[in-house]
Amino acid sequence: MKRIEAISLAAEAAAAQKALLISNIGFPSRELFSVRDRPENFYMLGSMGLASSIGLGLALARPERRVMVLDGDGSVLMNLGTLATIAHYAPENYQLVILDNCCYGSTGSQPTCTHLGTDLSVLAKAAGVKKVSLVERAGTLTPALQSHDTVIVVKVEEGNAPVPIIGLSPEEIIDRFIWTSRLRAFA
Amino acid sequence: MNPSLAVYQGMKRVGINFATSVPCVNLQELLALVNGDPDIIHLPVTREEEGAGICAGAWMGGRRPALLMQNSGLGNCINALASLDMLYGIPLLMVISHRGGVGEPIIGQVPMGRLTVPLLDAMGILHFQPLPAQAEETVAAAWSQAAAARRPVAVLLDLEYWRNK
Repeated sequence: MKRIEAISLAAEAAAAQKALLISNIGFPSRELFSVRDRPENFYMLGSMGLASSIGLGLALARPERRVMVLDGDGSVLMNLGTLATIAHYAPENYQLVILDNCCYGSTGSQPTCTHLGTDLSVLAKAAGVKKVSLVERAGTLTPALQSHDTVIVVKVEEGNAPVPIIGLSPEEIIDRFIWTSRLRAFA
Repeated sequence: MNPSLAVYQGMKRVGINFATSVPCVNLQELLALVNGDPDIIHLPVTREEEGAGICAGAWMGGRRPALLMQNSGLGNCINALASLDMLYGIPLLMVISHRGGVGEPIIGQVPMGRLTVPLLDAMGILHFQPLPAQAEETVAAAWSQAAAARRPVAVLLDLEYWRNK
């Protein structure tokens, strides 16, 4: 499946669950913004590798809210320790969705090690994550997203959809995320 | 005043209720205090940058976060401080064991020891270097400034600070 199809299904599942959605830097955030913008989406504009970590802190702080993270293979490989931390500290309301296109899709599709056979679902299990699933067809993605699997690795095709850049400033992204999600009342 | 207790009481005074950490030998008593506090969610993390990311999410969720680390870890989280915390306006209290100064027995600590203050200055990150007698107040004030300005702030605790632990 194309990555934007997977993102569209994930955004739909997140909206149905009233979940907070943390989205990885680059084209994945742009694709999410174009298919389903919500104030509950947090679009990363920097700090590559930290989507899974931001979502983990949020899920621990807000145990009553579902938190979904859309991450990528290149970004997870940059912060592999996150899988060990998630294995031991992630709460039930946390779900990490790794969209694995086997390349750095936002910078010219240079291959990552998943292209050479590194299996992120096996790495997650070896790190101690108990509920891990691997999705290779669009038809099985939605049930996985509705499950309580902690880590879902989704194999997607390489390539970016022709979508514009996100028309929001960093301040707008975070302020509406915090305010409309009623996460924090500023004095 | 016990140097670890002084920092802990400063954190408690301003309601720090979330912490991530990568250990330093000089932080061990403080880490034990934080870890044993039922009002603080504490995650030992694998790398300081990961800790900065988790703290950012926790703040968005309403928590008051601190990152406890050695100054070597500052180098590991520069990009997160700049392109996450400073970009979006996310406060963070960094409690940093500052190694590599006078009396440092490990030569590998010296380069980052010398670079710590210049790096913080280059990034425009406020930093404080209290003695144990003022540490409670300084740590509390550091968080208050971080929260008010929505920026990271650092408290540097060098070898002299920990001399009487």
